[in-house]
Amino acid sequence: MEPIEKSPVTRDAGDEMRLVARIRAGDQQAMSELYDRYSKVVYAVALRVLQDATGAEDVLQDVFLQLWRNPDAFDASRGSLAAWLAVIVRHRSIDRLRKRRPETDIEDCVIASGPDLRDETERTLLIEKVRGALDLMSPEQRQAMELAFFQGLTHTEIAEKTGEPLGTIKTRIRSGLQQLRAKFAP
Amino acid sequence: MKTHDQFAEDLALYALDELTGSERQELEGHLDTCAACRRELQALRGDLGLLGLSSSGPQPPVRSKDRLMGAIAVEPRGVSLPEPAPAPRRGLWATLVPALAALGLLLVVVVLERNNGHMKDQLAELAGHNQDQAIQLDRLNEEMRLLTAPDAVHVSLNPQKSPNQPSGTAIFSPSRNRMMFMASNLPPVPTGKAYELWIIPMQGAPMAAGVFKPDEHGNAMMMDHKMPAGVEAKAFAITVENEEGSDKPTSPIMLMGAVPAGA
Repeated sequence: MEPIEKSPVTRDAGDEMRLVARIRAGDQQAMSELYDRYSKVVYAVALRVLQDATGAEDVLQDVFLQLWRNPDAFDASRGSLAAWLAVIVRHRSIDRLRKRRPETDIEDCVIASGPDLRDETERTLLIEKVRGALDLMSPEQRQAMELAFFQGLTHTEIAEKTGEPLGTIKTRIRSGLQQLRAKFAP
Repeated sequence: MKTHDQFAEDLALYALDELTGSERQELEGHLDTCAACRRELQALRGDLGLLGLSSSGPQPPVRSKDRLMGAIAVEPRGVSLPEPAPAPRRGLWATLVPALAALGLLLVVVVLERNNGHMKDQLAELAGHNQDQAIQLDRLNEEMRLLTAPDAVHVSLNPQKSPNQPSGTAIFSPSRNRMMFMASNLPPVPTGKAYELWIIPMQGAPMAAGVFKPDEHGNAMMMDHKMPAGVEAKAFAITVENEEGSDKPTSPIMLMGAVPAGA
């Protein structure tokens, strides 16, 4: 019987809890470690949304500073820090793109599960897995998710842009997200 | 009134931060009472997290980490985790150490008594230094807050139709009404003259924002200047004026930089 290989995207909640606990205690070194671990992915999301290096850097600063000021906003027992940061930075980038005040407070953004990304290998594997899942979707579904998540278009704007009915766009995005979830289900 | 299924339909929109106004409030009201929708919302956010994590790109600039660590250094929070207390040692040292400490303390008291006047002078001097350092620290903190303000705007000032090297950067925060300015490669100014920085507002005449002279290397810096409240800056510029400053520009603009749209 072959040994069971540990999934490359499993997460160690205890490790993240310890890191966040150190930040809560005011440990600047913990913040430095957290930055080294996650800044690349946070910057990548901000850059993809904003298409502007200066803006992406500002959002990166803003997100990490918010976590420093309010580490309790992240609930390590629920979801992974990497996925939480990816959602927060996406929201803040869209807020900046639309020149609006943030709609969602970071402490209200609770996520379920999500992978851990402690090193570059895990991240590369995850990217491949997500892209593999996206490749299985129809081009229209991929486009709807790209426009909604990375370009911050509303469902109405996507419907106008693609000429598809609003209900179709809603369904495409929702089912696309659920397909992605199924791909990572244990 | 929407049904549970109708609210569930909108959860992805809410997770994407797309719902606003009454639609958002209605859904949040439903979430308060529906555990199934709360779970699905958290799962949808997890899905969005996966989508976000699929992004790849370059490393952020190195300065970005320095900027962050500088910002958190002036925002110390919480207390360090307590170190475990060392186990008490027994034996001769347990008796000798307190005795030696007491003896040392006694000697210090004697010396302090004999040098009381001298120490008072030193204390006064230290208090003065301390006050100076506190002022300097306050100023540094204010500068750091400006540099790290989420709405801090950086405006580069470049030569007008000239290939020469002089350049400047103005950084201001509308919410803090503070600004700073840095310039390099500025030519020296004639005796009695100085450079003057101007805020060019959306409406009205340029507003004087400070006079400065470059050092021998052509560098100049004005730290932590107050911006006039309520002024919406369109651009920044510098001209050469009399060293006491002028109410309006009287010479050609040497450097000018427009505030980025939407700043």
